[in-house]
Amino acid sequence: MEEFSNLMQGFSVALTYQNLMFMFIGILLGVLIGVLPGLGGANGVAILLPLTFTMSPTSAIIMLSCIYWGALFGGAITSILFNIPGEPWSVATTFDGHPMAKAGRAGEALTTAFTSSFVGALIAVIVITFLAPLVAKFSLQFGPPEFFAVQLLTFCSFVGLGKGHPAKTIAAMMLGFALAAVGLDTVTGTLRMTFGTGELLRGFNFLIAVIGLFGIGEILLTMEEGLAFKGVKARINPSVVWQTWKQLPRFWITAIRGTLIGCWMGITPGGATPASFMSYGIAKRFSKDGEKFGTGKMEGVVAPETAAHAAGTSALLPMLTLGIPGSPTAAVLLGGLLIWGLQPGPLLFVEQKDFVWGLIASMYLGNIVGLIIVLTTVPWWAAILRVPFSIIAPIIIVVCAIGAYTVNNAMLDVALMLVFGVVGYLFKKLDYPLAPMVLALVLGDMAESSFRQSMLLSRGEVSIFWSNGLVGSICSLAMLMLFWPLISKLLARLRRGNNDLDEARPVE
Amino acid sequence: MNEDNNTDHVKTDHDKHHHRGVSTRAVEIGVAMFTLILGLVVIMDSRRIGAGWAEDGPQAGYFPYYIGIILCIASAWTVWHAIFFGKHVSGVFVSHKKFRLVLSVFIPAVIYVVATYFIGIYVASALFIGAFMYWHGRFAWIKIIPVSVTVPVTMFLLFEVWFLVPLPKGPLETLIGY
Repeated sequence: MEEFSNLMQGFSVALTYQNLMFMFIGILLGVLIGVLPGLGGANGVAILLPLTFTMSPTSAIIMLSCIYWGALFGGAITSILFNIPGEPWSVATTFDGHPMAKAGRAGEALTTAFTSSFVGALIAVIVITFLAPLVAKFSLQFGPPEFFAVQLLTFCSFVGLGKGHPAKTIAAMMLGFALAAVGLDTVTGTLRMTFGTGELLRGFNFLIAVIGLFGIGEILLTMEEGLAFKGVKARINPSVVWQTWKQLPRFWITAIRGTLIGCWMGITPGGATPASFMSYGIAKRFSKDGEKFGTGKMEGVVAPETAAHAAGTSALLPMLTLGIPGSPTAAVLLGGLLIWGLQPGPLLFVEQKDFVWGLIASMYLGNIVGLIIVLTTVPWWAAILRVPFSIIAPIIIVVCAIGAYTVNNAMLDVALMLVFGVVGYLFKKLDYPLAPMVLALVLGDMAESSFRQSMLLSRGEVSIFWSNGLVGSICSLAMLMLFWPLISKLLARLRRGNNDLDEARPVE
Repeated sequence: MNEDNNTDHVKTDHDKHHHRGVSTRAVEIGVAMFTLILGLVVIMDSRRIGAGWAEDGPQAGYFPYYIGIILCIASAWTVWHAIFFGKHVSGVFVSHKKFRLVLSVFIPAVIYVVATYFIGIYVASALFIGAFMYWHGRFAWIKIIPVSVTVPVTMFLLFEVWFLVPLPKGPLETLIGY
């Protein structure tokens, strides 16, 4: 029960007035970010990251991770009341949440969503509490080849688990790696791809990319749809909450299933969005009244919300233990750790106990605080959404510009943000996944250095990645993931005995 | 909306269709060609600084070289897929009407960023928010002015006074001693 005493130690770190205040601010900002279109978890954290450079790392990560929880909660509000998912992972929540709201059960739908999110997150935090130290201990024996293998597995999983076309996933990823390589190579001191410009010496900062891709890109997309918010009024009072809570235990199987799917998809970088869809789909198939899904069933809200929150939370596990984030927001938080001077990875659990356990304790507290805040402040957030988009849009662009500027105090970054905004708009419309690109941009240097060190150890022999059982099995698994689209296509073809190539490929 | 019709000169063969606009296939191939060229640039630059093996280990271009090669292959794959299995790219990428809407946000944003160089971020933000509300929301000045002044003033207090994070400033801020 070493974890338990560590956790108690963590609570004593997190439970200071100052940290509780940061938690509170973080949740409020997070819900705001989650509610507004164009601002999401990843770029909300990216914009605020520069402001935390002077704070103590523990307070900073508590505030930023609370922004993340807040954004996860906030996404449900717009989905249910306005039928507009504030975040991609709450798309599946609209299927049953909005019909419920239209039938006059908005309070019930919101309570269900928030409670499910809370349950999903809580179970995921418990998983982190007990699994993370084990993973960290295990990975202490990792050398460069093992680390590269795990990173390889991460990126190959995007190809295997992603819904998009593998070529696009790979292209987005490689673009991220290429951008990460720009600038001064710290090992040899060589300038790479700067083409004689001094500004590119620093390389591309991933925060700029995140703000542009997710912020500006999203605004451009939203503008295209000519957004007009038409919402359902929501009132939540204690009796509605109580009535809903009395009904919820009936759906415990759905909740557990959603949480398990979420944890799995969060730890392997599937992400919250596919997790929520998968959980919804499976709940629909197994539920007694599955055919009524989509008409306003509580179960249809429970399934995606537990999965999305569990995935969002457990995405922090590989980030803390291996230094490999499971989601774009976790990637931004990882970048924050590096900036604060903390090296993510197994040693974090040995050298920065207060930080790690303070963060884990704040996950428990943050989700409780978050649940209370969203339940009490829903009408307020709904009112914000009634502010016309023509006021919100320019303010969001201004906030993004400030966020981009404060990263390095450079105007070039603001211009780059616009360029990334165009890239984000084009990529989103053409179904290029953005998450692998951001992850590659953050992890590029780390992946390269572990690859180089491995190559040094083996004098350039790729066989080092199959030199022992551990690294070999991780690499083999990575290869399986990489070729999964091909393998599954072949399997489907064998099964059907049909050779229509284009039919077998799920074009989405 | 803005009066600019500068997108209309892009005449396509789909004029008889109801939704006119740029075809998805063209954009798909264009973007993939662009990433292909980026891949070639990465390969060339990596070759320039050495993508092989030096006395002391891999050279600086060793890792990016392979990244560039994979990027080129993936881009070529996308182009090939778009040309020969074009079912998924047969539609319209963006209609002219929607594209004008997108430009009506993007062009002011570009002007805003350029203006920040000269007049500082606070004044530029006020003008940007005001102009946006005027053109897109058709608000009365009585509503535009309070919003477009309050936001930059709040920002100013937050960043310059409270957090002590300096943002780009122009002549107006110099005038009041910042």
